[in-house]
Amino acid sequence: MNGPIVRVENVVKTFGPTVRALDDVSLEFEPGIVYGLLGPNGAGKTTLIRVLTTLLKADSGYAEVAGIDVRKDPVAARNHIGLAGQFAAVDDYLTGRENVEMVGRLYNLSASDAKQRAADVLKRIHLDDAADRTVRTYSGGMRRRLDLAASLVGRPSVLFLDEPTTGIDPQSRLDLWDLIRDLIVTGTTVLLTTQYLDEADQLANQIAVIDRGKLIAQGTGNELKDKMGGSVIELHVAEEDRPRTLEALAAISGEATFEAGHQSIRLPAPDGSQTLLAVVRRLDATSITVQDVALKKPTLDDVFLALTGRGAAEAEAERESPKKPERRRRRERSAV
Amino acid sequence: MATATRAPRHTRISASHAVKDIAVITRRNLLRNIRLPQLLIFATIQPVMFLLLFNYVFGGAIGGAIPPIAQGEYINWLLPGLLIQVAAFGAGQTALGLTEDLSKGVIDRFRSLPMARSAVLAGRTLSDVIRNGFVIGLMVAMGFLMGFRYQTNFVAFLAGLAVAMVFSYALSWIMATIGLAVKNPEAAQSAVFLGVFPLVFASSVFVPTDTMPAWLQGFALNQPITVTVNALRGLMLGREALADFKPGMSANQVAEAVANAPTVEGQVLLSLGWALAIMIVFVPLAIRVYRRTVS
Repeated sequence: MNGPIVRVENVVKTFGPTVRALDDVSLEFEPGIVYGLLGPNGAGKTTLIRVLTTLLKADSGYAEVAGIDVRKDPVAARNHIGLAGQFAAVDDYLTGRENVEMVGRLYNLSASDAKQRAADVLKRIHLDDAADRTVRTYSGGMRRRLDLAASLVGRPSVLFLDEPTTGIDPQSRLDLWDLIRDLIVTGTTVLLTTQYLDEADQLANQIAVIDRGKLIAQGTGNELKDKMGGSVIELHVAEEDRPRTLEALAAISGEATFEAGHQSIRLPAPDGSQTLLAVVRRLDATSITVQDVALKKPTLDDVFLALTGRGAAEAEAERESPKKPERRRRRERSAV
Repeated sequence: MATATRAPRHTRISASHAVKDIAVITRRNLLRNIRLPQLLIFATIQPVMFLLLFNYVFGGAIGGAIPPIAQGEYINWLLPGLLIQVAAFGAGQTALGLTEDLSKGVIDRFRSLPMARSAVLAGRTLSDVIRNGFVIGLMVAMGFLMGFRYQTNFVAFLAGLAVAMVFSYALSWIMATIGLAVKNPEAAQSAVFLGVFPLVFASSVFVPTDTMPAWLQGFALNQPITVTVNALRGLMLGREALADFKPGMSANQVAEAVANAPTVEGQVLLSLGWALAIMIVFVPLAIRVYRRTVS
């Protein structure tokens, strides 16, 4: 298929008169790439996933998946998508295998095809040993993996993962990351939402930052970091050498400062590694012993701060203000 | 893309595809009952407990006020009524099952799959009516052990059970609408209880309606639970069971009361009519609510 596999054009979705969950969002996703939809809680990430997976109808705008208008022909669109939502939507009293086979049957596979695919996908997700146990006995991480398996059994062209690692332990999170990376190898287009900046950085080739229903930035992790105006050099020297070091660095950059928080000296590195080399040569010439030096790219946290004027945690705290907008939104959703 | 423009605007799901989806969902729901036997055990214990308590506690006091066809055995009068009570409360499971699926995100997954939209609700109501059939079967067996005897014939008795199942199935669609609308399992439980309890008690389930105050009688005589209980009693005990009987009547008076009683056919048709009316309203309504519901 040529062109983007997911197209979103000017999509607006409101809940009640006040909440604009999606405020004129336009996006395009190329096939075979992992896209990260990054934003704090309540930014509109899940709403976008729900529109694309045919669970919600947008108020206005156009959305297509695999060339199919999701509003006009939702049934056809559903043949091309897999969804793993925020909760592991698996049945406790069925075995892992029964869960995946059932979803396979509902993708309209024959009983034998569903069986075969379920076995394949369970193996791929490293649950083949536990496949015949009831899900009741599974750990939180295993349930998430099973949920992922169920979303893969229909061999979707686009896989939607809504906060795939929320609420699971760190080791399971790393396991799940590995599994998602494997998907990239097989050419599946993945659209994942996350509020973890490192998760988007680790998994996604392309990141779209969304805040208050608006798309505020898009690009690779590195491109977004470059928007911060380049890198920073961070170096550690012995305490008694600090004044001398700052003096020596003044020749390279007037902005070298000591940061008490990091116990390090920082200066901007507009030319990246060239600046780093200059710094090292300069300090070597003045025979200052450098304990540690690093060229650091800004983190996505810095990116978020630069884009929205507030940190990711701060944006989230707004959502948890006493008005409880999230709750209100849920109620409004039911009234749609 | 040229083919896409020529294709029908909506991709339709074929009937055979829908039937398969319904079977898959029904099986999934039934498996849960089998894997978690507590569900079925408690669903069974409660009606059996009702049967024992009502029969042995109220039986002596009420026995004289029931029509002679019951042979003075309250169990003969009680069992058809309790079957409908069980059918009504059992239908409430539909609301609970759906709210549970909603809260776990299972409904979201189903709605994202290329399956028939009606399959989740059809599979749910079907598995619940099968489950209710099982509970009703157990109650009937218990009733026979406690001395219940139908006074008509076996075919009429089976027809009575069938009427109970049809009624239970229709109620399931009301319950599905309630469950999808309230979304929360605890709220669904309260809503079902508040709706069903008054209907069951302001009916002929436990006592003949003629001892109730006139205003209540008017309601009790015409509401679907009474009509259905009457249909069951008529089919299992005969038209005599529907007569407006008072203790101490002479044989002639009893004969006259029977002649004035509603016909069994009439009550059966009325009950089936209620079931049909309920389905005509609530099947589309439940599907509509389901389409718009996001957990």
